[in-house]
Amino acid sequence: MTFFIEVVAGGLLAGVMYALVALGFVLIYKASGVFNFAQGSMVFFAALTFVSLLERGWNLWLALAVTLAAMVVLGMLTERIVLRPLINQPPITLFMATIGLTFVLEGLSQLLWGSQPHGLELGIPDVPIEWLSEKANINISQFDLFAALVAGVLVAVLALLFQKTRIGRALRAVADDHQAALAVGIPLQHIWTIVWAVAGFVALVAGVMWGVRNGVQYALTFTALKALPVLILGGFESIAGAIIGGLIIGASEKVAEVYLGPYVGGGIESWFAYVVALLFLLVRPEGLFGEKHIDRV
Amino acid sequence: MLYREAGQFRSTYAEDQQIFPIRQDRIAMALLLLVAFVAVPLFGDQYWLSAIITPFLIFALATLGLNILTGYAGQLSLGTAAFMGIGAFMAYNAMLRIPHMPIVGAFIVGGLCAAAVGVVFGLPSLRIKGFYLAVATLACQFFVLWALNRVGWFSNYSSSGVITAQRMDVFGYPVDTPATKYLLTLAVVALMALAAKNLMRSETGRAFMAIRDMDVAASVIGIPMMKTKLLAFAISSFYCGVAGALYAFSYLGTVEPEAFVLDLSFRVLFMMIIGGAGSILGSFLGAGFITLFPIFLNLASKRLENALGMEIPHALISNTEAIIFGALIIFFLIVEPYGLARLWQITKEKLRLWPFPH
Repeated sequence: MTFFIEVVAGGLLAGVMYALVALGFVLIYKASGVFNFAQGSMVFFAALTFVSLLERGWNLWLALAVTLAAMVVLGMLTERIVLRPLINQPPITLFMATIGLTFVLEGLSQLLWGSQPHGLELGIPDVPIEWLSEKANINISQFDLFAALVAGVLVAVLALLFQKTRIGRALRAVADDHQAALAVGIPLQHIWTIVWAVAGFVALVAGVMWGVRNGVQYALTFTALKALPVLILGGFESIAGAIIGGLIIGASEKVAEVYLGPYVGGGIESWFAYVVALLFLLVRPEGLFGEKHIDRV
Repeated sequence: MLYREAGQFRSTYAEDQQIFPIRQDRIAMALLLLVAFVAVPLFGDQYWLSAIITPFLIFALATLGLNILTGYAGQLSLGTAAFMGIGAFMAYNAMLRIPHMPIVGAFIVGGLCAAAVGVVFGLPSLRIKGFYLAVATLACQFFVLWALNRVGWFSNYSSSGVITAQRMDVFGYPVDTPATKYLLTLAVVALMALAAKNLMRSETGRAFMAIRDMDVAASVIGIPMMKTKLLAFAISSFYCGVAGALYAFSYLGTVEPEAFVLDLSFRVLFMMIIGGAGSILGSFLGAGFITLFPIFLNLASKRLENALGMEIPHALISNTEAIIFGALIIFFLIVEPYGLARLWQITKEKLRLWPFPH
């Protein structure tokens, strides 16, 4: 039983890591209706910039601030160069443009900082919490708990931003209908810049967390693929969905890997999350918390 | 002046409904086929035939498959590489396990198996749409690749995972030189492109397009949603499966799961978008562009190296290539979201009036 709890807890905490990446997707989708495939490479770009600055002897906070500034500039450039000329194009065109952006970002970050993997240390050791392993014989990493905490704070802040502020309201209006939002005088360009900057910030947080766990390397770009099932399970438009989807995917993936994996030859983590998400979709086509779409002719 | 249809009267329904109603188009097409079937294999360079033109044709076929599903029927799919993989592995197994299997028969078996898998993974499309569906097709991509890697039957329990494709024979003639492989590929691609062109002009094709434009409206006017969507998945996967079999047999020469990773799906998607979604011609233009572009970039960087008199580090080149490639895709989407096929259409319109536009 303790083993089962340990597996589930480990899965839930891994799910938080997925959710961190998924949040970035949700933000941009919610506010601009763009399915931003470049989120994974934004995570990579942010983490690589951050770790490279640290390795050049920069102060932690200074490096964080500079990376954040870089992400904001990146968001502004994306808005100006990629999104603004594509206003009112069908969603698939915007999606393709973000795939193009993925190539640019991956090339750019490796051009700037080289392609060798880096280690990243934040001073929070990735070791089991002592009193928990002594009392209940359950091993849960300190760092995982820290990541969960960060994710929690992030979600709370974003939820406040979306629900309680003027900007949040404008964001939701833009997500609903570009043209209508423009017509009532919402500055579309500003809104998109803000959203991409915030998504850049989320990417930075996700990148740092994943970087500590797995090292900062090219494989970080694949975190996007891990986040996609979380995303469709939770619903594209829901921040809470991203978190809960992450938890469900993380836990079920771990449980399946431990209990089902040996029977089918292992390696099922590459697709299991997708199948879980797919089964959910068959019951609820817009994800757990996605907005229901009513089709009209 | 040359491209003018004045004076070409169509007096029968058959004439009115032919694929190329304009005489100049027919002549151009005949010339193109003549060049492709006779001149290219006769005078083509071995390297060009085996490393550029053959993969171009195969990619064009795969893009055509994706175009049927995404461009015509409007169901976004990221599982193209998986369908291609199934086609390749099942063609291999058909050759291996069925005695006296003709190679074209093996291609068809590969295509049919891909179609069956396509129908299974197309089932969610009845419930979900848009990007949700795209992510669902990713499930297909990962699951199929995992199965090809893990289930020994597919690779005939080979330990290395890389299998040499069998020799190809067509009516007793060995197909083993670049020129003959090219001819076989060309014949398959030309036939299937013709079939696709005709299919899209038929009732089925119009049903696909109705679903793409608005599926609720399509179902209201009586288009059977389930049948049509699944048919789109089946036909598209069949095309991808045959393309995959060709990819393994006449281009790579090996059958291996690593050839059919997600990157390939994206490549084919790029080809479709750059060529033009919902256009048969666009599939060829897009495939040609994406196949030739890296080669062109490579030549350009070689030229640059010579001009500078120094060696540019390999990482620099590959990263710059990635940046240029990505930027170009964005550029294309902004300038011409309907792809190269649309550019060709505009050119044709201009040509009809040239040299005296009003």
